[in-house]
Parts: sequence; structure tokens; C-alpha cells
Amino acid sequence: MTRRDVVITGIGLVSSLGEGPEAHWAALNNGAKPVVDAASFAPFPVHPLPVLSLDAQIPKKGDQRQMEPWQRLGTYAAGLAIDHAGARGLVSDMHLVVAAGGGERDVAVDEAVTAALTSAAPEASGALLNEKLATELRPTLFLAQLSNLLAGNISIVHGVTGSSRTLMGEEEAAADAIRIAAARLAEGRGEIALVGGAFASQRWDMVLLYAPGGVLWQGDYAPISARGDAGGLMLGAMAAFLVLETAEHAQARGAKALARIGGIASDAAHQRAGGGSATAAAALWQGMAPASTAGLGVISGMTGVAEARVEEEAFLATLGSVPLRRSGSLLGHGVEASFPANVALAALALSQNGFYPAMDPADAGDGAVERILVTGFGQWRGEALALLEKAP
Amino acid sequence: MKDHLGRPLVAVTGIGLVSPLGWGLEKNWAALLAGTSGITRIRRFATDHLKTTMAGTVDLPEEVAGAEPVPAPVRVERMAAAAIAEALAAAGMTEGAFDGPLMLGMPPVEMEWPQRVALARRAGGNGHAALSVASIGQRDLYETFLYGGVGERLALRFGTKGAPIAITTACATGASAIQLGVEAIQRGEAKSVIALGTDGSVQPEAVIRFSLLSALSSRNEDPTKASRPFEKSRDGFVMSEGAAALILEDLEHARARGATIIGLVRGCGERADNFHRTRSNPDGSSIIGAMKNALADAGLQPADIGYVNAHGTSTPENDKMEALGLRAVFGEAPPPISSNKSMIGHTLSAAGAIEAAFSLLTLRDQILPPTINHVEPDPTLGLDVVPNEARRVSGLRHVLSNSFGFGGQNVCLVLSAAP
Repeated sequence: MTRRDVVITGIGLVSSLGEGPEAHWAALNNGAKPVVDAASFAPFPVHPLPVLSLDAQIPKKGDQRQMEPWQRLGTYAAGLAIDHAGARGLVSDMHLVVAAGGGERDVAVDEAVTAALTSAAPEASGALLNEKLATELRPTLFLAQLSNLLAGNISIVHGVTGSSRTLMGEEEAAADAIRIAAARLAEGRGEIALVGGAFASQRWDMVLLYAPGGVLWQGDYAPISARGDAGGLMLGAMAAFLVLETAEHAQARGAKALARIGGIASDAAHQRAGGGSATAAAALWQGMAPASTAGLGVISGMTGVAEARVEEEAFLATLGSVPLRRSGSLLGHGVEASFPANVALAALALSQNGFYPAMDPADAGDGAVERILVTGFGQWRGEALALLEKAP
Repeated sequence: MKDHLGRPLVAVTGIGLVSPLGWGLEKNWAALLAGTSGITRIRRFATDHLKTTMAGTVDLPEEVAGAEPVPAPVRVERMAAAAIAEALAAAGMTEGAFDGPLMLGMPPVEMEWPQRVALARRAGGNGHAALSVASIGQRDLYETFLYGGVGERLALRFGTKGAPIAITTACATGASAIQLGVEAIQRGEAKSVIALGTDGSVQPEAVIRFSLLSALSSRNEDPTKASRPFEKSRDGFVMSEGAAALILEDLEHARARGATIIGLVRGCGERADNFHRTRSNPDGSSIIGAMKNALADAGLQPADIGYVNAHGTSTPENDKMEALGLRAVFGEAPPPISSNKSMIGHTLSAAGAIEAAFSLLTLRDQILPPTINHVEPDPTLGLDVVPNEARRVSGLRHVLSNSFGFGGQNVCLVLSAAP
């Protein structure tokens, strides 16, 4: 099969710092401070969602009502990406790959049912559960709950119908979504694709999923490098969608290529500690056949979780002294949205012929950046790298 | 050994399968050809206040022995592991060092009521803050319900290479997993792939949620008669559980190691709907597009297809749209079409893989499995659904297997006889 160059022509980016590539470029270059809500989900601080003009991307109120915040956020960012790429007319044959977590539960219903069940006699609890759920669950909530319905809503709201796939598996799923979407374009399965993920941080059901792992940072905000040996991640509201396109297709329609995908690779070491994860990442990096690290900058997706951080630092040390930015210290951790967001930030910097000031007190290195390596070490599993280059 | 587009041909060299009809491929196939229903009354949990009280269920040995029901991700993983182990043995491969990736079609999973109530008791409160704090350090909960958990454990056990890929495209999930595997081989990323679909979602909340969408049959009086795809009185689908795993291999690679070729995956086609969250585009354009894309990907014409393994859920809407789509692709006399779901129910994320597996056995044995419970044909559909009795055929070379998902994700596969 032929191998065609794949470029990024559109970015849809929302975080607690704002929305759109320009807003992020400006904020990150002008001393952005983290936006933190330490009270609402105490003891777990989160980076909250900014106010969105949902009507601009999801014009029908009926569509908005069929979704909860996670799907709305993702559908909104997907629309931003399509607009940024000037690709509204290309959606019918656009391929779609979404990295998704779980959809929303009804937190109030869950708490009421839990209260009823904990005070019920065990032999009556089965019937009671059925009765409560059958009367209290909103019928349409199921659709807001299904992971593949973010993709479904993107198809409905934006008309993206070339194909639709939803990958699951936290951070790793997002890296593989981009890898697979890019590989399919490179080998001639279509000309344009939309890929990304979204994460709504202000959700107790997500807190309850991650808390048992002991991975959530507690108390006041601290940058990733200051979270000590125990470490921990702060959930951050985030959505990032990318329009990927073959270079020829972008050029033929006069679309500006923001960056070229030089390589993207993933693995999942079963034994991470003690160098397993660092070794896996080093092998991925070697597989990208880097001639040198000259002109290389790194945007790290470091979550703050201790084991992954130690391994990533060991890997990064093998690259020598390259400019390094830990975006999670400002944006928080957006699970399925983090890797696409960091790829978006990388493409944005390359398109601006620049890089970012330090995002974490430990961030070091300056100088001209010609290529950017994005890292994604998952909170539990997964190692992923993407190499972004200046557009040809 | 290349296809019409110069890509490696993709062989299937091993299959493993679990369904309400039993554990093991050949046992399932024999029951299917005999027209056996695997649908029963739900015994796993109380069914008071439920509109639907039957389903297809796969119980684990310890549950049969009286243990509390396991949560969905545990059931999903155990069925998947059994199916993969069977498929590897059939392919003549040993467990533990599989030289290729894992493509895992599975449902979304989440903490269920027993875990939530246990946490609340431990926390001494019902609020999410109390539960979350009480949960800290319970790594088993975290690793069980993370979406990456099932894939991680299967990848570890079977020694697959690279990051495991977990995919959900609703009722098309199993077919999507196979498609991912086929693409990896065609791309030259891998010589062999484990592709599977697995689902074990029969628990109270899932049943109630589907019920609230008015998607389920409520013909509870005789569960074996509830799933009636393409029949006039059909009233919804029947939830079910199961798993099927396929060992996909570059045909040259399979031949070089002397493997038995069960059949080929010749083509995959997909197309997304944009009309409604639970319904196809009214003109059928997306399911028609998915079928046509699969044929084009296989380099075949409609006339080359001798049998269609239907999506055939038994909902009024799906079966009407599938019939409309079939006529648009095949003309007024489409090939015979039957629905395995009449017997095993709708195994959701597993269905695409299970039905691909049965399609391959249909080709191997030259016999079409029936659509059971076909009492009164729906006169508006005009299909040969292989009613009630399996049918011997000869010269069958290519089968189309349809999978259409909630959320508009449609995937069709073309399975072909071994060359």
C-alpha cells in the first residue's frame, strides 16, 4: 500500500483556560494561571469547564437536551475543529474516531437509590432496585450514558458519516484513535478524518471511578512537579478534536496544514515500575527513527500519578536536555482528551513557529523548536508517543 | 495471495464461541442448526416490576454453583478468555505468546449496584463524596471498572503484542473489532490478530434502560418464542450474552505454518447514520452504504453473495429497515437471509463477532441456520428468512454479515469460503 503524508488542518480545543487555538496560544504565552475549583468535589480539586456558547455548535435545543455535559462538550469541540479546518462541506465522507469514557449517570437518582438500598432488608433489595430505577430513570438518559453516543451525536449534529468508531481505554484509547485514524488516511482509506476525545471533570461519577485507584490528588492545587512522592492527578475539563487530512487533499482544497504527523506509536507494558514503562517508550521512540534530538521540544501528558511519572522522567532523561512542558500543570488531566489536546497544542505551536513558556516550575529548556514529541503515559497503563513536524 | 486491491488476504484459522446455547463453538453450531432457543426467564436477579423478565444469559461456573452474580466486566472477560483459548487451540497456537495485537469489542462497563451499596455501607453515607473517599485504595474496583482493564488482563494472559484496542460501536462492536484486525493485517502491521466481541450486560439496570427505550420484547410468557426477527408479530429484541473470538491471519502466513483455513474475511464496509440516536436514516442510505462498501471492499458484486447473516434484531424498526436495505442492494429477489438472534437473542457487543463466526461455519458446512419462531411472515418484508428449519445448500462462496448499531454505527462484513 502507498503511504501518504497526513497533516492536521483543524483544531477544536476547549479547556479550563478557554476555547479555540488562538485563546490557548494567547493564554499560554501570557502567564496563564490554572483555573481551579477545589470546593465542589472536595477533597478532590478539579479544573472546571469554561462557559460555552453551545448554540453556536449545537443549534437545536432538542439535540442539546439529548446529551449531558460530556457529550455536549465533545460535540461542541468537534464542531470547532470542523470549522477551523474549513471542512463543513466535507463531512459526509469524513471518518470519525472518538476516544470515549463513560457517559453521565444521574447523580441524584444514584444517591436516592443508594439510600433506599442501604436501609432495605437484603431480601427486598432486588425488587426495590427495580422499582426505583424503573420509575426514576429518565428514558433518554441511557443515550447520554452510552460511550459510542458521543460519536453518534457528532454524526447527527455535524453530519459526519464516513464511518464512526469509538475506542475505550482511558489515555491509551485516545493515542490509538489518532494512530488508527492517521494510518487509515496514509494507506488510502479516505482523505479526511475527525479524531479526538472529551472529558467533563465536574462529575461525581468520574471521581468515583478514579478515586478507588488512589490516583486523585487531594487538597489544594499543586503543579505536577510539586505533588511529592505520592503524586496524584487533578481532573481537568477538556475536549480536543483534530481534523486529519492527507497532505494532497489539504493542498488541493487550499487548506492550511498546521503540522505534519511524523509518527505515532503506542504500547502497554504490563509491568511498568522498575523501568518497564520507560523501556517501552524508548522502543517506541527508536521506532520513529529519530536522527537526533536537535530542534526537538516535548509536550508531556504527565498525569501526576507517581509510578507513571517516575517512568516518564526516566524516558525523558534519555532524550537529553530538550525543552519540556508539562501541560497538565495548567490544564489538569483530561483522560481521553489529554493526548489529543497535547497533539493540538503541538500542532498549534508549530503553526505559530514557536513554543510555550514553562507550564510547571520544573519545566526547563528553551530554544528553537522544529519538531514536537507528545508523550502519553496513562495513569494506569499505556505508553504513547506522537511526533509532530512543521507542515511541508 | 493478495486481494483485488493488492492487500494480503485475511484468513480465519481459529474460532471460539460462548453463548446461552453453551460454551464451545461446535456445541453452539449444532444447537443453532437444530433451531434451539437459548432464551430463558431471568434467574440471575429479581424481576419484580420489570416489563421484560427474560433474556439469554451465560452464567459462570461459580454462579451456577450458587455464588453471587459477578459484575459485567468480569463476565465479559471470562467469556472472552474462554473464546480466545478455544480459538487459539483450534488454530494450533499455544497460549501466552500471541504474535499480534488484540482487537477487543466490548461494552462500556461501570460500577454496579452491589459495589455502590457496599461502598455506601462502608462510608456510612450515600453521597458521592463519602463513597469516593471511602473507596480510596480499593484498587480492585479501579482496575475492574477502568475501560482498559479487560483488555489489559486479556493481553497479559494471551501475550498479545502492543496496546490492546477496545472498541465500542454499540450493536456493531464485534464486527468493528474484526474490521480493525483485518485492517491491521492488510496494512502489514501484523501477520495475525485476535479479534473478538464479548458482552455480558444482563443486569437489572441495563435491562431497565433498554426497556425504557421500548427496545425489548415483553413477550415473557414463553421466552423461547420472544425473539422473532422478520416475523409479523415481532415486538422487540431479547438481551443476551456471549463472546466469539476469531484468529485472523495473513493467508500466506497461515498456509506457511500449515494451518487449517476456515474461511476468509474478504471485505469490510461501514457507514454512519446521522438521522436519529436509535433509528436508521429513513431512506436506509447508511445501511445500504455499509453493505455496498463491504461488497466493493471485497471486490464482489451483489450477485456473488449467496446468503446474508442478518442483523435481524426482532425490533419492528430494524427488520423493516434491513429488508428495505437488502432490496436496494440486491433487487427484488435478495438471497436467503436468516437471523441467529432468533435463537440466541441479541448479544449486543458480541453479536457481530458471533454472527461472523456462524457465517464462516455456514460456508464451511454449506448449511444455512434457520430463523426460528417464524409463524406468520411479515408480508411487507418479502424475504426468504430460512424459516424454522436449517437448509442445505451447495456452491455457497460468499456471505454478507450485517451489524447495525444504536448511535448509527453500521458495519458489514463479507465472509468467504476457504480458497
